[in-house]
Amino acid sequence: MILTFLISFLLSAGVNVGEIIFEHIGDEYEWHITQWKGKDVAIPLPCIVIEDGVHVFTLHHARENGYSLNEDGKLVNAATGKRPLDLSITKNVLSIMLSSLLLLVVVLLTARWYRRHDVLKESPTGLAALMEPLVMMVHEMARENIGPDYRKFSPYLCMAFLWILFNNFLGILPFFPGGANLTGNIAVTLVLALFTFFTVNLNGTKHYYKEIFAPDVPGFLKPIMPIIEVFSALMKPVSLTIRLFANMLAGHIMILSMVCMVFIMAKYGPALFGGMTVVSILLGVFLDALECLVAFIQAYVFTMLSSIYIGLARQKE
Amino acid sequence: MFLTTMILQAAASAVFGKAAAALGAAIAALAGAFGIGKIGKSTMEAIARQPESAGNLRTSMIIAAGMVEGAAMFAIIVALLVVLK
Repeated sequence: MILTFLISFLLSAGVNVGEIIFEHIGDEYEWHITQWKGKDVAIPLPCIVIEDGVHVFTLHHARENGYSLNEDGKLVNAATGKRPLDLSITKNVLSIMLSSLLLLVVVLLTARWYRRHDVLKESPTGLAALMEPLVMMVHEMARENIGPDYRKFSPYLCMAFLWILFNNFLGILPFFPGGANLTGNIAVTLVLALFTFFTVNLNGTKHYYKEIFAPDVPGFLKPIMPIIEVFSALMKPVSLTIRLFANMLAGHIMILSMVCMVFIMAKYGPALFGGMTVVSILLGVFLDALECLVAFIQAYVFTMLSSIYIGLARQKE
Repeated sequence: MFLTTMILQAAASAVFGKAAAALGAAIAALAGAFGIGKIGKSTMEAIARQPESAGNLRTSMIIAAGMVEGAAMFAIIVALLVVLK
């Protein structure tokens, strides 16, 4: 019953929940950090636009350079209304750079430990102790699913797992280096799925291609089977994309809704809805913990499925 | 007679799109919960029969649950697209 009250008050609360949620899960041309005394504090990012030469400007000065935002929030030429070639460093791009840098630092520090100590004589300490179970888990998964030549593919699978895990966790962090919804962006997960697709199909054995295009089936099935097999090979990256994207996006929307509920409750005065504020904070904490679990599971499932697909493509007999 | 005019007006105002999308999302959540419940049930029974295989079974359960949840998410994304456009 409290929930119906909440929903009926939602629009009149003065807190535009839909707009807040879409601002946080979408991409934007500056990194909005907080509001300080009524003014927005944001990191201005370069908008790089190639149309009759290269123009570089921040969003604040977009109008002077002849560009404005259309209703989807993208840069368009103010005069013609068309989208130019947009190579801007947006929030998502900067987040990819930061998280990749962080991953590089973590992995290289771990490798440094292994260079300096003999692993047969002492067990790892520090960062290497944190990373060893994760990397060994992916390595064992590769060995069990791919077969004898797993070492060639293990680096890609480790990279996929660690990158997705780092970005999922950074998406849950609400403050600066985190908070950009990267794995909830379908373009990013599509590129990851395409990496898997190309790794699988460029490294397929002859047996794999023979099974797709010339399978050992009765004559009347021979024309249909290749179509079905190609379709299933195309569906694999699509399902990888949508699974990761939808799980992460849904999680972020739920957490943002809970946090917005805190703000809505606050606007109605602490005395009246004090109980609901505590409940919504508890729900928010619970959802954050659930998101951490989902982050790990989704990274694990993506890597497991990639290793299974690679293993299926590397069978020889 | 009043009922038919009401239905006609509702159909003309195209509000059914969003209501249907929300209903679709609810059915997807229902189906996902049902599927994952079945997976959990059989995993628990299997672990109860043979406790030393708990590790293997837990891994397979998580993978199967990930697949089923992916299917439910397809429907949720479609519902989200309908509501947003």
